[in-house]
Amino acid sequence: MDYEIVIGLEIHSELDTNSKIFCGCSTTFGAEENTQTCPVCLGLPGTLPVLNKKVVEYAVRAGIAMDCKIANFSKLDRKNYFYPDLPKAYQISQFDLPICQRGDVEIEVGDYKKTIGITRIHIEEDAGKLIHDSGEGTLADNNRCGVPLIEIVTEPDMRSAAEARTFAEKIKSILEYTEVSDCKMQEGSLRFDVNLSVRKNGTKELGTRTEMKNLNSFRALERAVEAESRRQIFELERGNRIIQETRKWDDDNGESFSLRSKEEAHDYRYFPDPDLVPIVLENSYIKEIEDHLPKLPWVRKKDYMEKWNLSEYDADVLTVSKDTASFFEKTVEACGDPKSVVNWIMGDISAALNEQNISMKDVKFSPGDLGELIGLINKKAISVSIGKQVLKQMMETGESPSKIVEKSGLSQMNDEDELKKIVLTVLEKNPQSVEDLKNGKEKAIGFLVGQIMKETKGKANPQVVNKLIKDNI
Amino acid sequence: MKLTKEDVKYVADLARLEFTNEEIDRYVHQLTDILEYEEQLNELDTSNVAPTAHVLPIHNVFREDVVTPSLDREKALMNAPEQDKGCFKVPKVIE
Repeated sequence: MDYEIVIGLEIHSELDTNSKIFCGCSTTFGAEENTQTCPVCLGLPGTLPVLNKKVVEYAVRAGIAMDCKIANFSKLDRKNYFYPDLPKAYQISQFDLPICQRGDVEIEVGDYKKTIGITRIHIEEDAGKLIHDSGEGTLADNNRCGVPLIEIVTEPDMRSAAEARTFAEKIKSILEYTEVSDCKMQEGSLRFDVNLSVRKNGTKELGTRTEMKNLNSFRALERAVEAESRRQIFELERGNRIIQETRKWDDDNGESFSLRSKEEAHDYRYFPDPDLVPIVLENSYIKEIEDHLPKLPWVRKKDYMEKWNLSEYDADVLTVSKDTASFFEKTVEACGDPKSVVNWIMGDISAALNEQNISMKDVKFSPGDLGELIGLINKKAISVSIGKQVLKQMMETGESPSKIVEKSGLSQMNDEDELKKIVLTVLEKNPQSVEDLKNGKEKAIGFLVGQIMKETKGKANPQVVNKLIKDNI
Repeated sequence: MKLTKEDVKYVADLARLEFTNEEIDRYVHQLTDILEYEEQLNELDTSNVAPTAHVLPIHNVFREDVVTPSLDREKALMNAPEQDKGCFKVPKVIE
């Protein structure tokens, strides 16, 4: 293919505040329709919006984490358009003086690194939700009206679906680590718009771009980029022109279609909102937020590799989500054995999470409990295989490992005299295997160990058992 | 600056207003008068004046991130010309 794909993203993220951006209504997701509204967010006449302090703080935090210049002076503007999800007929947003500008985010795609420019980050209010399924009308639920958003706009710096996806994932991780957004994609807390154009390799000028809205998952983003670039190349190859337009991605059918509505001719008539005063941020305020910024994933990754000798792969996997990273760190603090913690989290625990389709946040036991389990294994109170059984019960009940071990009598048998009796009985019952072993068939020992484990319900210390078998044949 | 009929129709359309031909003619004149009056401001050199963001000399009016009670749904929907299933019902929006 002799075309280059050029991609810029606009990412909307709902901020994790308790109340809305300009009023005290709750932002909790999933409430009954229109039970979280008030005269301000319904746009009733005579009401005045007042900016939520936390929104400013969160936007600044995100901006610092993305290496942006934080504006000492910014303001809020009205973006005017008519749509039933917007009671005021304007959205309060930021036009020419956004709160953050000119940032950089580094991504790693396969074997190369690349820096994606952040054009701006601004604060704005979310719109309501329209329900289209009823027969003759459209229903509006205004609970989401006024939920705070940041919009992150990038430079057209991405060149493939993989780069766009990696970048979007990185943004999600930054927003989670800085505790700015919970980024629950299934609840629409993170949404992507893609600006895409293609050009012949070696061309300097950008091609005509289209904008695709409504992408709510990484997979949809990746597929939409692939489909739209194919479509544009196909059109150009046939000698057609690309029309600058907004398209809507239909993830079910894997295709996009043109939104040729009148609203397309965008004329938002932005102007400063006279109801809201400018935001002035002193450098000392910005510094304060910077000093208290939670540790970012790449800082943690470096720590893990340097302090705890983790492989780059392990450090990468552990820092994908903040919940996993925090759980990992706390468990290491509890037991002092990073290598074992890595093995448990990336092995049995993540397998169980996948199986139950839950995340680290939903785990019933604490990092202290996992630390204790590793401690029990390290001091040989239980074997690794018993440890796996204990973990299963911990996942189910959230009980502490020592309690589970005690309750189920799972403590490891290390006592040689006690084990010797069992070993002798098993050897007696299995003369053929003993014979095989004597004749150098090392495999036979596995069978004998298995029998002894069966007798002891897995509690026998395997090293002691191995030694006893060799001593007694 | 002289406005045309098309300008007036365009602005009216953005504001979802419908006018008769006579009204449009009238507004072409009135709006042109207003704009020409305002053009006097262009005689001033404002190259060293920061754009006004707000007419009052205040900034940073914030509220704490605290949840306050919302309206009861019945009250929220009270002025809705039509409602259904706890929602504001509007003419069908075709996506």
